[in-house]
Order: sequence, then structure tokens, then C-alpha cells
Amino acid sequence: MAVLTEEQTMLRDLAREWVDNEAPVTAWRKTRNAGVPAGYDAEVWKTQAEMGWAGVLIPEEHGGVGMGYLSLGLVLEQMGRNLVASPLAATAAATSAILLGGSDAQKAEWLPRIASGEVVATVAFDEGPNFAPGRVATSVTDGKLTGTKAFVAEGDSAQLFIVSATDGVYLVSGDTGVTRSTRAMADARSHAAITFAAAPADKLAGDPDLATKVADRAAVATAAEMLGLAEAAFAITNDYLKTRVQFGQLLSSFQALQHRMAKMFTELELMRSAVEGALEAIDSGRSDVDQAASLAKAIAGDVAKLVSREMVQLHGGIGMTDEHDAGLFLKRSAMLETMWGNAAYHRERFARLNGY
Amino acid sequence: MATLADRDTRSDPLDAFRQEARDWIAANFPPALKGVDNTMSAVEGPSDPSPDEEAWRKAMGDKGWGVPTWPKQYGGGGLSRAEARVLGEELARAGATNPIGGMGVMMFGPTMLEYGTEEQKLEHIPPIARGEIRWCQGYSEPGAGSDLASLQTFAEDKGDHYLVNGQKTWTSGGQWADKCFAIVRTDKTKKHEGITFVLIDMKDPGVEVKPIRLISGQSPFCETFFTDVKVPKSDRVGAEGEGWTIGKRLLQHERSSLSGGGSASRLFGGVPLGKLAKEYRGEDAAGRVGDADLRMRIVRHEMDSRAFALTLRRAALEAKSNQGPSAATSIMKNVGARITQERAELTLEIRGMQGLGWEGEGFAEDEIAATRGWLFGKAVSIYGGSSEIQNNVIAKRILGMLDHQ
Repeated sequence: MAVLTEEQTMLRDLAREWVDNEAPVTAWRKTRNAGVPAGYDAEVWKTQAEMGWAGVLIPEEHGGVGMGYLSLGLVLEQMGRNLVASPLAATAAATSAILLGGSDAQKAEWLPRIASGEVVATVAFDEGPNFAPGRVATSVTDGKLTGTKAFVAEGDSAQLFIVSATDGVYLVSGDTGVTRSTRAMADARSHAAITFAAAPADKLAGDPDLATKVADRAAVATAAEMLGLAEAAFAITNDYLKTRVQFGQLLSSFQALQHRMAKMFTELELMRSAVEGALEAIDSGRSDVDQAASLAKAIAGDVAKLVSREMVQLHGGIGMTDEHDAGLFLKRSAMLETMWGNAAYHRERFARLNGY
Repeated sequence: MATLADRDTRSDPLDAFRQEARDWIAANFPPALKGVDNTMSAVEGPSDPSPDEEAWRKAMGDKGWGVPTWPKQYGGGGLSRAEARVLGEELARAGATNPIGGMGVMMFGPTMLEYGTEEQKLEHIPPIARGEIRWCQGYSEPGAGSDLASLQTFAEDKGDHYLVNGQKTWTSGGQWADKCFAIVRTDKTKKHEGITFVLIDMKDPGVEVKPIRLISGQSPFCETFFTDVKVPKSDRVGAEGEGWTIGKRLLQHERSSLSGGGSASRLFGGVPLGKLAKEYRGEDAAGRVGDADLRMRIVRHEMDSRAFALTLRRAALEAKSNQGPSAATSIMKNVGARITQERAELTLEIRGMQGLGWEGEGFAEDEIAATRGWLFGKAVSIYGGSSEIQNNVIAKRILGMLDHQ
């Protein structure tokens, strides 16, 4: 656990308490079974916004609490532990874009509404199944944006889209010229293909690397959620091994399993360091955020994959049932591993950044 | 307007010490030793020290700064942890290595300070603090490796002394050591409770040392045989039968020195592997390391190393902030070993045949050193508690997994 300020400790403890008491995995299961189109419970999102989470990155003058990325990460980590369905991660990624590239007017228009939870925002960059920030055909003519974005998280409910185009990054709000096509996916959360047909768009300023910077922040936030997910998957598995008897022994007493668990524990510690290191790198304005982000997302991808797959394997047959949570962790993990670049993508990028 | 005096009183209290350390180092450190490693901590035999090295060791020994936090009455520096950190920074700034080291400093001294009598401390600690004596460790036996408490070397009670018979193995530096701290059996009917911690003079009659040749061609470890060796009872540390507790405490000192941040600079120093790969294997048309598979394995290793460095830093910050010892410390030895070995394997692979040179013509000195280091490095995941034992510790102590019934 990173060394936290008193304020951050309080934020984390409150988030943890709320997530454990108010949003256990059974709550997500209920939302999933109910087939809520937005993919999350709107009342729950309202509560999260009231706790200040929607505005955790947003400065006080725009209605937020301005606590930074480590604080956002602490909250997302807690949510990841219980697979809490929330548009927080997508909204935070979109918030990053406005903070980095928004004009005073754009900030004044959007940030207070995001902080209050009134506006759910998201980032729509990819046009294919894999994260490929350089492959953009979407273009803008006379302030009208045209193109199709694939697999946009929270695409069913977002009112504000941060969209990459051939000549920069744009804000698209409202539904004029916007068509949403829901994609039902394994994790049962909201993903949609969004078609923009001459949708009114408002350009964000910022340097030519704005899209990259936004993607890096989104990747790190995703890695924070993965950290919580992996920690919980691991803890549930460890508890299970202490109750399941086979061959007259608790599974927990078999050395072959102990060493697999010790290996996972070791990897989780490295994952925590990489994720917290990246969050801190963003907060302190370091120049190598790109490397820190790729390090965090690559390691998070490998470790979350290892732990979520082992969760199913070590639970045996029960882990294959829908009734058990292992499958929920597995499916959500695979989604997060893929979003914003998988481990292979980020290793390749890390190699390039280091001149290999 | 603040006067100079005002500024002084407001300055960090460590500033004065920093200045003192800097001045003293400037006056005493022979510039010719800049960047030269401490020969006392090497696993190979002691080379003859140069007059400069001798002078530097004597100066540091007299000052007590080789063991800066040990109490002054036993020859230590009597510094606070913060002052010792400043001293370390100033030594590094000057390119100086602490010339006092070895097992006496890392393992035996701290244990002695905790468990020794006043007489024992006064006798044994000052020579360590001055770098005048080498200690070796008499723990492992041919039948007692990871299961250390199975040891059989027996110390028979002869009134004022013990008569010790048995065999130890993997005695690091045994052929160069003056003294040995050993755990021996004083009671054959009990396992852990029958073990006693004693100090043995390696020059005593009945002590015989045979170096073991390793796959690396080096012989830093020995077999040590004890035949009717007389050990006075004044050289027993703690009570009879208490040796397991004391011996385990010493292992904690060993593990923290094996896995601590001290080795980080060595781990992460040197030529980056990506650069080495381009040099030996060439580049592809896009200016990348020629072999795509190798390139990705280098990146995995590099990422692992960085995550480990971040973990070392995180554990240090957490310890400092009074959150208590971080759970992360338990993973350090295994990850450190893995990274050391992976780096050596990748270096070998990058160089091809040129990375397998054993000696002589056709190979650069660093190529041969890497071959030898690759082989010796296989010991890292075995000594000081093998990776399997470390995993057992994590599973049982941290994860609360159970013993097999």
C-alpha cells in the first residue's frame, strides 16, 4: 500500500466500507440478472457521486475534490474488489481529457456536471477490436464529426463522448447524429458501438499527444481496478482452499497448491508496486508517465489473467458454475485485460519507448 | 532580513553531520579506491589488499563508521539510522565503498549484540567493527539443508568445555575464515530444543576445511570437519538448547542482507540488455533488436526489474511511515533471485557462443566474468533459504495455509 495522506486514507477506508457493505458481488449479480440497459444501477451511481468519487480528479473550483489519480485509483481498486458496476472509470478517463485539453469554457461547462454525477462521460477512441490509437478514420468537417467507434465502455448511457479524429480530440455531447448499437459481451457490462453521422463536435486543445495522454491515464485507472479484482479473486481462492477437503486433507495443506498461491501473492505485490507507481507518476507530473503506464498495464494484464484463471481452476467444478463468483471475476478480468491495450501491446510499446 | 546564524539554526540537524562526514571522507578516503569494491564482502578469496585499502579500512575501523549504527563501546559508530543513511549517501557521493563487511557485519554481529554476554560482546564485536576478522557460518550439513534442524554435529558436555564432532557443508569462505559461528546438537532426544549456538576457532586442532569446487569453477564454499574440537563454554552464546532461536534470528539478518535494497544498484546497474542485444545481435530494418522473441523476453525482464525496484522503494517508504513491516518484504528474496538469474540467462543468450567463454584467448574479461556469474548465480535461489522454502514461508505465515496432517 502506497504511503497515503490522512485524506487519502479516509477516502480509501470509506470506499472500502461502502463497497463491502453496500455493493457486494451479489449486488452486481442482481443488476446483471435484471438486465439493466445502462449496465449499472443509476441510484448507486448517484450515491457514488454524492461521496465525491465522480469529482475526485476535478478541482474544487469546478465542483470536485481535486485529489488526483492515486486517490481515484484507491476508489477504483475497492470497486474492482467487488466487481461494482459503475461508469466511474470511463467518466474519469473522459475527465482527464477535459482537464488536459479543455478550454476554460469547456471546463466550466462540463466539469461541474460530471462532478455532480449528472453527466456520465466516456472515451471513444478505438475503431476496431484492439486498442490501436493510431488507426483513426473518424474525421471532422465544419464542426461535424463522422465515423464509427467500436466497443465504447458505458456507450449505452454516456451523454458526453471524448472522440479521437484524424486531426485531434473532440467533445461530442447529446444525441444529434449519434447512434448507439449495444454489444452484449461476456462481462455483461455496457459496451456499444457508436456511429457518429455529422455529430456536432467541439475540439479540445492540448498538445498533439493529447490522445496518448488520455489513453495512458485510462490504462492506469483500468490497472487500478484490475488490482482490486485480482486481490479479491486471490483472497476468495485462498479462503476456499482452507475449507475444501479432498483425500482427507484440506486443499490448503497441499504444497503444490501452496506454491502456486505463494507465486500469485508474489506477483500481486509486484503488480501493486507497478500500479501505484504509475498513479504517483501521473500525480507528480513525471515525464515518463508513458513508460509507467505501459509497465502498470502490462503487469496488471499478466497478473490479473493468472489470478482469475487460477481462481476457476483451483475451485474445480464449482468454479465452472454461473452460481459461483469465479466466472464473474474471470469475465470481467478478460475485459479489463483487453481494454486500453493488452499486455502484449504495452510490452511492445515499452520496448519502443526504451529504444529496443 | 535573516542572518546567516538564523539560517543555521533552522537548517536540518543532519546538515551538520553531513558536513562532518563529507570533510572526514575527503580527508581519509584514498581517491585511488574510487569505485573499487569491498574485498571483504566478495565470495572469492581475499586478494592482498593494497596499502590504500589497508589505510582506508583502518581509518573507517578506527572511526567505527564501517558499522555505523553499532554502539560505540564495542567499536561501532553509535550513529542514528538517519545519520547512517547520510553517511551512506556521502560515501556514495565520493565513490567510496565501505571497506568493512562480510558475515561478521551482516549476520553474526547483530545477533551477538542481541544475545551475547557483555564479555562476549567486548571480545568479539570490536574486531568485526575494525574489519580485522572473518567469520563463517556453520549451519548446513550433508543431511540438513532446508531441513536445518535435522543437524547431527554433536557437542558433548565435558564440564568446562564441549567436545565437538561432525561435519558442516556449504561453509562460505570457510578456508579464509578465522572463526565460525555454528549450531550444534547438545541433546539427541529433542529436535529444535536440542540445538546450541557456539563459536569455534577455525585454527583449533581438529578443524579441517576442504573447498568444494563449483560448476562456475570457483570454490567459495567448503566442507568443514570437526574431530574432537574443544570449545570452551564461554564460547557458547545463550543457554544450552537455545541455539535454534538464536540461529533463526541470525537467518533473519541473513535474509534481509540477501534481499535488501543494498543489492539493488548491482541488480539494475550495467549495460541495458536491449543495448547489449543490439550490439551482439544487430538490428532489424525498423531499428529494433533483431530477434523479436528475444526482444520481448528482454522487455519482460526489464519490466519485472522495474516492478521489483518499485517494490523495494514501496517497502522502504512503508516501513518509514510506521505502517509496520510491509508484506512485500517476504517476496524480496525470490524475486531478487529470479531477476538476477534471468538477467544472467539473457546475457548469455544475447552473446551466443561468445557468452560461454571460460578463459583465455578470444574472450573479453567481462564476457568470462558473465559466464562464471551465470553459473554461480544458480546458487542464489538455493542458499539462505531456497525459493521453495521462501514459498512455504509465504504460504504458511502470510496466507495462513496449513501444515499437511
